[in-house]
Amino acid sequence: MEGKTGSNQPGMKIEIKNITKRFGAFTALDNVSLDFPSGDLVALLGPSGCGKTTLLRIIAGMETPDSGEVLFDGEDATRRNVRERHVGLVFQHYALFRHMSVFENVAFGLRVRPREDRPSKEEIRERVHGLLKLVQLDGLAARYPTQLSGGQRQRVALARALAVQPKLLLLDEPFGALDAKVRKELRRWLRLLHDEIHITSIFVTHDQEEALEVADRVAVLNTGKLEQVGTPDDVYQRPANAFVYNFLGSGVRLAGCIKGGRLRVGSLTLDGAEASHREDQETVVYVRPHDFQVERSYDGATGIGAFVARVLPVGPVVRLELFRYDTAEFIEVELTRERFDELGLQPADIVRLKPKSARVFTEDYSI
Amino acid sequence: MILNLKRHSVLPGFGLTLGFTLLYLSLIVLIPLGATFLKTASLTWPKFWATVTSPRALASYRLSFGASAIAALINTFFGLIVAWVLVRYRFPGKRIADALVDLPFALPTAVAGISLTAVFAKNGWIGQWLEPLGIKAVFSPLGVVIALTFIGLPFVVRTVQPVLEELGTEFEEAAASLGATRWQTFTRVILPGIWPGLLTGFAMAFARAVGEYGSVVFISGNMPMRTEITPLLIITKLEQYDYAGATAIAVAMLVVSFALLLVINLLQWWTRKRFGGV
Repeated sequence: MEGKTGSNQPGMKIEIKNITKRFGAFTALDNVSLDFPSGDLVALLGPSGCGKTTLLRIIAGMETPDSGEVLFDGEDATRRNVRERHVGLVFQHYALFRHMSVFENVAFGLRVRPREDRPSKEEIRERVHGLLKLVQLDGLAARYPTQLSGGQRQRVALARALAVQPKLLLLDEPFGALDAKVRKELRRWLRLLHDEIHITSIFVTHDQEEALEVADRVAVLNTGKLEQVGTPDDVYQRPANAFVYNFLGSGVRLAGCIKGGRLRVGSLTLDGAEASHREDQETVVYVRPHDFQVERSYDGATGIGAFVARVLPVGPVVRLELFRYDTAEFIEVELTRERFDELGLQPADIVRLKPKSARVFTEDYSI
Repeated sequence: MILNLKRHSVLPGFGLTLGFTLLYLSLIVLIPLGATFLKTASLTWPKFWATVTSPRALASYRLSFGASAIAALINTFFGLIVAWVLVRYRFPGKRIADALVDLPFALPTAVAGISLTAVFAKNGWIGQWLEPLGIKAVFSPLGVVIALTFIGLPFVVRTVQPVLEELGTEFEEAAASLGATRWQTFTRVILPGIWPGLLTGFAMAFARAVGEYGSVVFISGNMPMRTEITPLLIITKLEQYDYAGATAIAVAMLVVSFALLLVINLLQWWTRKRFGGV
């Protein structure tokens, strides 16, 4: 359908090669290389200050790297300015033109074209209404941005960006300014929209749930370095290091040790040791809070003994704050409501814990 | 009806503050202005009309309002550039430049008039270069415009500066990514965004210029029909003990100024309402 992206080519392939960017003494990006395959929706994920927004701004042409290259479909675009890159931009705070109606905002990119390739008035009207239909705002063309809700504004911003038929769409924390419920709706909707139009898209976020839910691929950044790239399943199930593990979900840290090629935590023997680990090496073992098997009563022999300090029911799950006997540390584990009811736990009850799966990383990070 | 005006708020004192506001405005603004009207009323209507429409008075209105409008326009244009540079760029001496903008606020206007006259006179630093070109910068209407431009500069800069700061660079980036040229970005995105601020700055610079006296009398030469501004005409009449005539012209000036400012305020109100405020 004319008026969506209008071109047969779904999107550009973007390559980032050895990009470094410094602001004074601060290194925002440190030799980052990354590929964005054509038609993919990629999330740049990381804590604030990790360089993800700087990377997005370099791809958009709003910032120039100190060294390295940006390739658009194999062509060097590093020195091209924003105007020449033909990318669609969506900002966290929408950046809608306040003095223009919704219609005029979406039509802006078509109206500013040189006369010879500017579409006729009818074409513009048709295309704008097509886009507004696509973002489900067809009835609001005459409104001004201040008369719209946050979610509606962001959809107008998206329609405006798509109006110029970009081959690349860049979204900077697009849902950051919205409340939780609208954010959830809008990201599902963005995913559906992307399935429909298949334009190469990159979005920046610090919300791991958002990245895992929406993106085809997730690139995790930390302190200017790329930590891992992969499918959401890859980065969650097979994190490359402790930072990625901890950033994508909470983890319980347990002290462990390698004995006879096996990983030992207290009196338990677990899988998860790798050949790279030396014998008798002290290591940190990570277990997701929901990956514990919790049993009532503790015989003192197998598993980790603890007593229940607090019970925190949070919707469908119940969090238990437990106090370990052996190390005198608090740890937090998560049970399904069902399992919790089955055990009927109360504060001061004694339990036995067994990690169902664990991860060990050669290098240790902390966040 | 009156009671409906009162709304509950954390800070009490609606009655007190409103009462104070009315009293204060009456004392400072309304009563002196009322006295002007009263004094004028001692003239008969034909006499009043003859005074305010005398050729000398008409010439002075033309100069006062004309030169003020030109000066305010010049200030709007260059003030915008100054504000832009101060907001958008970092350069050595920026704080000093920023402080310099306020100088016309603080300087006694007579000092400004004397120094401008010295600089722009035939043998002055700048005047000596203008003279061969046939440009007479002092003792001419041009001199009036120069003085009024000087004293009006801070108004536009100080009203546009915060608006530009608030506008940020996102709108420009959005416009550029949509393919707009620099000129299109400026005229279609930035200018409409700062329009209310510019209008306020223009109105304030204009109002200030209309009321200016001290700096102009030094540089204009004060020739009746040619370089005599209305405030000077009023002073002249006062010196001749023609109090009623002086207040008559004052009233005429007041009415015109009020009407102009009202129009500008309505324009502002309209743009603000339309675009949801900037």
